[in-house]
Amino acid sequence: MSAEGRERTVRCLVAKVGLDGHDRGAHVIARAFRDAGFEVVYSGLHRAPEEIVQAAVQEDVDVLGISILSGAHNTLVPKVIEGLKEYDAFEDTLILVGGIIPEDDVAELKELGVAEVFGPGTPMAETIEFVRNNVPERE
Amino acid sequence: MEGPDANEEAGSTRAGADASDRTVELRDGDAELLEDLLSGDHRALARVITRIEEREPGYRGLVSALYDHTGDADVIGVTGAPGAGKSTLVDKLAAAYRDRGDTVGVVAVDPSSPYTGGAVLGDRIRMASNVGDMDVFFRSMSARGQLGGLSMATADAVKALDAFGKDVVLIETVGAGQSEVDVVRTADTVAVLVQPGSGDDVQTLKAGILEIGDVFVVNKADMDGAERALAELEEMVHRREGSDAGGGGHHGAGHHGAAALDAPGAAHVPEPSDGVDGTDTADDTGQSEWTPEVLGTVAKTGQGVDELIAAFDAHATHLRESGELTRTRRRRYAEEIRTLVRADVGALASEAIERRGGIDALADRVSRREANPYGLAAELVDPIATCLEDLDGRDDG
Repeated sequence: MSAEGRERTVRCLVAKVGLDGHDRGAHVIARAFRDAGFEVVYSGLHRAPEEIVQAAVQEDVDVLGISILSGAHNTLVPKVIEGLKEYDAFEDTLILVGGIIPEDDVAELKELGVAEVFGPGTPMAETIEFVRNNVPERE
Repeated sequence: MEGPDANEEAGSTRAGADASDRTVELRDGDAELLEDLLSGDHRALARVITRIEEREPGYRGLVSALYDHTGDADVIGVTGAPGAGKSTLVDKLAAAYRDRGDTVGVVAVDPSSPYTGGAVLGDRIRMASNVGDMDVFFRSMSARGQLGGLSMATADAVKALDAFGKDVVLIETVGAGQSEVDVVRTADTVAVLVQPGSGDDVQTLKAGILEIGDVFVVNKADMDGAERALAELEEMVHRREGSDAGGGGHHGAGHHGAAALDAPGAAHVPEPSDGVDGTDTADDTGQSEWTPEVLGTVAKTGQGVDELIAAFDAHATHLRESGELTRTRRRRYAEEIRTLVRADVGALASEAIERRGGIDALADRVSRREANPYGLAAELVDPIATCLEDLDGRDDG
């Protein structure tokens, strides 16, 4: 793992946005990321988009994983992305969405700047691999 | 088994990179970053802290440049056992400071896995009172397992927040081991949290954390046993007063005594035997001593938070007026110098080990009974010692 020499620790924010209280998935992801050697900041439940933006900017995360199971992704995700842009943090943050997202919406989210959408049953290894391969380079 | 080895390896490569990057020159790109930070750009502040955490090339130049802009913030450490309510209390403290117009920085330190280096940093979950308020800058940090590295990284992050212009910086850490104690000692004022009904907790406090507290807080003071916990702490605080015989005592020794400057291990002086301590505190004479305050809070409701802030303010005033602040900071600078030198020399030693085929090869030689650890260590360190002697000789002549 560290054979390539100096490797930056990957920092992730696992965020629950909006009103749904289903955080099992977020917990599982947080733990899997930790076991993969990432540093995971967990937001806790019921966060507003501004809170997620505040956390992503202050924690200077490489990866923002948003878990939404309420179906409100089309309103919440754009707000988060707008906020990140406002703080100049959109370009170098890898944005992932996890949850139940209809096909059509997936395309729309990707259009907005979401890198990937992971639905139910995605193998953990696949998500971790995706993060490893797509973490934005710095400088 | 693969885990710890991988971690070890990561540690040594990082140390190696550090050694080749001891420069304190501010790099061109970083000058801009620094300017952005000083002009109040949140993203720049976040970036600088990341650089500090990662010990990325050039971070020393950044931190060196930060020094000129520090010294204005009140730095407060909050420590205590897991579940004592530190995060919740810090959240309420931050909100109370904001109410009176102060800007706040928070550095929350959580442990990381010694196996994968990964961590789940959950302190942010409790930050509910400061939603969307960017004037509370909350940063989670993990203990990335380098000797002295955590307290150094925390101290540097605090400097970044201080230079950014935060009026108050809160450091939150689990009071579990020596490295956490070192972290919290980078603060001017230290609050130790206890929860009621845990007589054992108070017992563990004796083991080391008692010496570092300027304010003791019984959180969840609405629970059974709060009165007793408060009384026990009061008694302990006064006993420590009593055993001082007018000298610096535990508190003085832990914070600024001569012993603390000799070695970090000596910072936590054991119970002084009568008389010894009293004769050894000449530099403490003629100043009023700070008697640690004992307070009850209910972090969940915010009860007692204003009183706690008043206690912090009183301690800050005491530090300034007694001249203690200067001494505390001098002691801290001394510790920083020592930590840096030790880390750099350690990195040099790591390089020497690499040149001899790596630590595993050396360990194998011991396994085969071809060498022993003492002999190998001498073999590695003697050349360094010789270099130093040569240098000193040249200086004299």
